[in-house]
Amino acid sequence: MSTPSVKEVPTSHEGMREISLAQAVNEALAEELRRDPTVFIVGEDVAEAGTAFKVMTGLVEEFGRERVIDSPISEPGITGLGLGAAMTGMRPVVDIMFGDFLTLVMDQLANQAAKIHYMSGGRLKAPLTLRTTLGATRRSAAQHSQSLHVWPAHIPGLKVVLPSTPADAKGLLKTAIRDDNPVVFFEDKMMFATKGLVPDGEYTIPFGVADVKREGEDLTLIATSSMVYVALEAAELLAGEGISAEVVDPRTLVPLDRATLAASARKTGRVIVLDEGHQSYGASAEIAAVVAEDAFFHLDAPVRRMGAMDVPIPFSPVLEDETVPTPDRVLAAALELLGKR
Amino acid sequence: MTTESPMAVTETSQELALRFYEQMRKIRSFEERADELYKLRLMAGLTHLYIGEEAIAVGVCESLGRDDYITSTHRGHGHCLAKGADVERMFCELLGKEAGYCRGKGGSMHIADHENNNLGANAIVGGSAGIATGAAFSAKARGSGQVAVCFFGEGALGQGLVYEVMNLASLWTLPVVYVCENNLYNEYTHYSETTAGDIATRAAAFGIPSEEVDGQDVRAVHAAATRAVERARRGDGPSFLLCRTYRFMGHHVGDVDRTYYRSKEEEQEWRQRDPLELARRWLLEDGLADEATLDEIDRRADELVAAGSQAAIDSPYPSPDEVGKHVYA
Repeated sequence: MSTPSVKEVPTSHEGMREISLAQAVNEALAEELRRDPTVFIVGEDVAEAGTAFKVMTGLVEEFGRERVIDSPISEPGITGLGLGAAMTGMRPVVDIMFGDFLTLVMDQLANQAAKIHYMSGGRLKAPLTLRTTLGATRRSAAQHSQSLHVWPAHIPGLKVVLPSTPADAKGLLKTAIRDDNPVVFFEDKMMFATKGLVPDGEYTIPFGVADVKREGEDLTLIATSSMVYVALEAAELLAGEGISAEVVDPRTLVPLDRATLAASARKTGRVIVLDEGHQSYGASAEIAAVVAEDAFFHLDAPVRRMGAMDVPIPFSPVLEDETVPTPDRVLAAALELLGKR
Repeated sequence: MTTESPMAVTETSQELALRFYEQMRKIRSFEERADELYKLRLMAGLTHLYIGEEAIAVGVCESLGRDDYITSTHRGHGHCLAKGADVERMFCELLGKEAGYCRGKGGSMHIADHENNNLGANAIVGGSAGIATGAAFSAKARGSGQVAVCFFGEGALGQGLVYEVMNLASLWTLPVVYVCENNLYNEYTHYSETTAGDIATRAAAFGIPSEEVDGQDVRAVHAAATRAVERARRGDGPSFLLCRTYRFMGHHVGDVDRTYYRSKEEEQEWRQRDPLELARRWLLEDGLADEATLDEIDRRADELVAAGSQAAIDSPYPSPDEVGKHVYA
């Protein structure tokens, strides 16, 4: 997505601080490294470089190179190493710089990590966190712009987390690291600078609990990751047209909070699902099916999906911007769904 | 965490020599029974027999303590038994029974035995190399003194993951031993058609010392494994052990007509180098055992396997509602 242009959030809330999503991730990692000596980070350029996105700045200085470990460019190798460490008493956080590189680690993730608990009849477990990125519009072209979160979501045994705000990112990442299962944690690389209010002090956010980011009556926009900002902007535009849109963020694809999604659908009767993965066979399709199954008799219109176009993400900015949902396109789709166009 | 110290091996003790034989004999008997169970249609699915390669699993595992880790392969029954698994619970797993090591959810190709730190057989060729290396990383990070052994066949030499983690293990001086069982065949293709250059040189390129041993000679395997394990435990890093061996049976139990990829003569030649027969010979020649003692070991192994497999046949299947359990911890 494009850099969020959501209105500045107030900074003076009691017990809250305004920080960026990158800082929120950094705080979550630092806090978990501090509280649990079995936590370590391994990935490319995670130590002195603090990752390509500067998310881990300062961590190696505090925790040392034994726990914040620069690896070779060997994504399957470090994922496998993380898995073996996870199976034997550690809580690794494997950093996979670009979500596109999930293609390289899928054996370790899908055939190994996802299945070890089940295949061992519950006798082994793999508390592994794999952090990676998603999202287009960074002008990085086809091999660095994909949103592949639905790949792990399709594999039973993996959990999939898609935070949209700094507060959610921090609380959900801490939950991921403490979870006894392999968790794939996606951050939109366009959101690292996005700021938001984060509670002071220790907190976690449970998986499987959607968050209503904006309440509304006429239409539900279910949106994941950075699409939440697109949905919130679209909701503003719709408000200008006298339409009240609700924005619901599932926050985790696996487990999925079906109840909250369905409740919103039943309330408004109209649903658009926004997700930056490719639209066909995507997370948006799954969520649309869940809404259809759980709220069909309350729907006044077919559920609409809006994902990335089914094309490789092109380089040329003019072309790339065509591939992702935008607030204007959501507005148009919403008006159509409401019979206003 | 404590780790039992490995056996001293400068001179093979009689006790250890007899245990080598007993363990190999148990594996042989187990595998022959597994073959029967398959042919009698008492066992579903696929299974890959370890017959002919027993000296490697036993020689290596006898150099390990119970707390040390292993990862295994689709041809993994031998590793599992050699690491200390119980025959009956293994048969239960092969038959998909509730009492199996994995409650019947893993089967032949995925047996893991958490009680003996066997982190699992693996049906993806080379797939466990990362797990073994990670277990070694974990042992080092925790200061536990444990060692990890990664068993894999020469077919895994075609997998990139193996080289990625060997690089990591050498860079980070991890206590891991890579044990390559070269049984000459990647499924149905001779390894010379799939493997360029020299195998040991591949390890050397990462600065990993390698040793090549006769995989039919349990004493040779044990001696080399002990050197590698001691090196790992001292904190000197990984080793690579290349074991020359032969798969006496087919790639899997159904691979009966093998003449299109290897000759009967070749099979016969290797049968002359049966690790059990070789062990029997030197045990007798060195006066470590007499025929009666060895026959008694044979009888006990057969009895154990017969009783274990029958108990597994009589054992209940999991309740259907087990299917949804253990997806998540």
